[in-house]
Amino acid sequence: MLRGVAVRVPLLRAVRGAPGKGTPRPRGRSSRGCRDSELCHRRSPQAEPGWAAPCPALRRRRRRKSGSSPLQKALLAAGSACVALWDPYRHDMVAVLGETTGCLALPKLRDRMRNDPEGYRILQERPRIRLSTLDMARLRGLPDGTLGREYVRFLEDNKVSPDTRMPAKFVDDEELAYVIQRYREVHDLMHTLLGMPTNMLGEVVVKWFEAVQTGLPMCVLGAAFGPIRLNARKLQVLATELVPWAVRSGRNASCVLNVYYEQRWEQSVESLREEIGIFPPPAVRV
Amino acid sequence: MAAGLCPGRALLSRRGGALWALLGPARGLAAGPETHFGFQNVSEAERREKIYQVFENVAEKYDVMNDSMSLGIHRVWKDILVHKMNPSPGTLLVDVAGGTGDIAFRFLNYVRSVRERQLQQKLRHQQNLSWQEISKSYQEEKSNPLGDSQVVVCDINREMLKAGKQKAQHLGYSEGLSWVLGNAEELPFDDDKFDVYTIAFGIRNVTRIDLALQEAYRVLKPGGRFLCLEFSHVSNPLLSRLYDLYSFQVIPVLGEVIAGDWKSYQYLVESIRRFPPQEELKAMVEDAGFLRVDYQNLNSGIVAIHSGFKL
Repeated sequence: MLRGVAVRVPLLRAVRGAPGKGTPRPRGRSSRGCRDSELCHRRSPQAEPGWAAPCPALRRRRRRKSGSSPLQKALLAAGSACVALWDPYRHDMVAVLGETTGCLALPKLRDRMRNDPEGYRILQERPRIRLSTLDMARLRGLPDGTLGREYVRFLEDNKVSPDTRMPAKFVDDEELAYVIQRYREVHDLMHTLLGMPTNMLGEVVVKWFEAVQTGLPMCVLGAAFGPIRLNARKLQVLATELVPWAVRSGRNASCVLNVYYEQRWEQSVESLREEIGIFPPPAVRV
Repeated sequence: MAAGLCPGRALLSRRGGALWALLGPARGLAAGPETHFGFQNVSEAERREKIYQVFENVAEKYDVMNDSMSLGIHRVWKDILVHKMNPSPGTLLVDVAGGTGDIAFRFLNYVRSVRERQLQQKLRHQQNLSWQEISKSYQEEKSNPLGDSQVVVCDINREMLKAGKQKAQHLGYSEGLSWVLGNAEELPFDDDKFDVYTIAFGIRNVTRIDLALQEAYRVLKPGGRFLCLEFSHVSNPLLSRLYDLYSFQVIPVLGEVIAGDWKSYQYLVESIRRFPPQEELKAMVEDAGFLRVDYQNLNSGIVAIHSGFKL
C-alpha cells in the first residue's frame, strides 16, 4: 500500500499553517497531490463535485483544510454542546458537536467499515443520499414494506428531506469527513428501520441505538440529555420499553454503516432488519 | 475564490461563484482594481458584493453578536462617541453605515435629556411665573422634546436598515428619526446639510475610504464635525497578542455557535487587521479637507475615535 507521494508532503505542510495568527493562508489549491490525479481520478456517479473518490491504487488519505485550530474545535465543542442542549432544534449545532467530538470514534467507525466488504465498497464509491441522486418516483412506486417505499413514506410523513444535512466543516481528514457525512445521511434510514418518528421521543430512541452502534460522543450526549425534555409518561415508556430494545438491538446488530442502502431499496424492511440484527420494535405509540 | 474560505459549501460563493468563474478573465477588466476582502485579494466589485452578503447574513443577529463578542463593551464605546459629540438640541446628524441604529438612538436619548435639562433650567430662573405660563412651558416640553434635533440613518444594506427599523419600533423611537438607503461613497444628500457626520464600525467595510471621506466633507455644513468610531491597531505587544488570540480563535467560534455563520466573523476579524492604523487614517481624514483632526484611543487602541472639523 503506497503512502503519500513525496511531492505532496511539502504542499500539505504549506497548507497546514496555523490559522490563528493572522497570517494570510494560501487558498484555493486542492490538496489532491496525486501525480496521476488526472488519470486515476475516479468519480462515483453519486459523488458530489469536489469529493473525488480516492485513487484505489495509492489508497492514501488526504487531509482536508478545515480551517479550524484545536483550540477552536474545543471551544466549538463546548459551545455547540450548550446550544444544542438549550435548543435541540439547532441541527447545525448538533452536527458541529458531532464533528468536533468525534475524533476518537470516527477512526474506529472507519476501520469497521474498511474491514467489511460492503462497507469497504461504500468507502470507495462514496455514495451520497440526496434528492438529486435518489429516484423518488421509482422508490414511491415500490411495493409497501420495502425499504425504498417506507423511506419515502417516512420523508413525506415527517416532512423532512435528505438535503438538509450540513456538510462536515470541522473534520480534518477527508475520509473521516465522509464517514460522518454518511452517518448523517443514513440517520433517516435508521428512523425507517427502527420505525421511529421524528418527534423528541423518536429521536432519543434513535440516538440510543446510534450511541451503542457508533460510540460517537454526540450520540451518547444526545441519548443522555435528550430525555430531559420529555414528560413523565414518555419517560416511562422510554425507560421501560424503548431504551432496552434500542440497546439490545444496537448491541446485536452489525454496523449499520456497512449496509449499502442504495442497492437495497427493493429489499423488505423486515428482512433487512433481520439481516442487520435489529429486533422488531415494541408495540408502543411513539 | 470564496471557496477558499471554507472547504464545504461556502455560502458566499454560492451566489456569485458560478457566474464569476464563467466570466474569468473578463472579470479583471470590468470589476475594477484589486483590493482586499479579509485576507483575500479580490476586485473592488467583488468586495462590495461580498460585504453586502456578509451584512445580509448577520443583520438579524447583529446586536446579539456585538454583545457577545465585545462582552457588552461596544455599548460603552458608542456612549463615549456620543458624549464626545455632545450634541445640543437642534443638531442635524447623519449616521452613515448606521445599520441597526445604535448611534442614532443614543443621539436621540442624549438630546432629549439635554433638552429636558434646558427647560428645567429655564423654569428655575423664572421663579415668579403664573400657573398658565408654567403649564405652557410643560406643553412646550411635550410638543418638542427633541428641540428640532434630527438624525438620518443611512446604510447601504437593506437588511440592516430593516433590522434597525424594527428595533426602533420595538424601543419606541419614532420622532426625529429617518432611514435612508445609500452608499457612503456616494451619499444621496445635498451639500452642506448636516451638523455632524458619524460612522461607527462602518468605514472598515467601505471599499474606497477616500471617497467616503470626501462625501463626508461635502455633506457637512461649515463648522460641521466628522466623527469616526472604528477598530484600530493595538500597539502594546502583550495586549496585541491576547487580542489576536481572542479575535482569531474565539470570535469565529462565537459566530458559528450563535449565528451559525463562521465565515462572516472570520471576515470581520481579518478586515480589522487590514484596516489602516490610527495615524494613517488621520492622514486620510486630513487629505479630505478636514482640520483639527485628532484621534482618541479606547482600550489601548482596540478602538479609536477620529474627529475632524470642516472649517
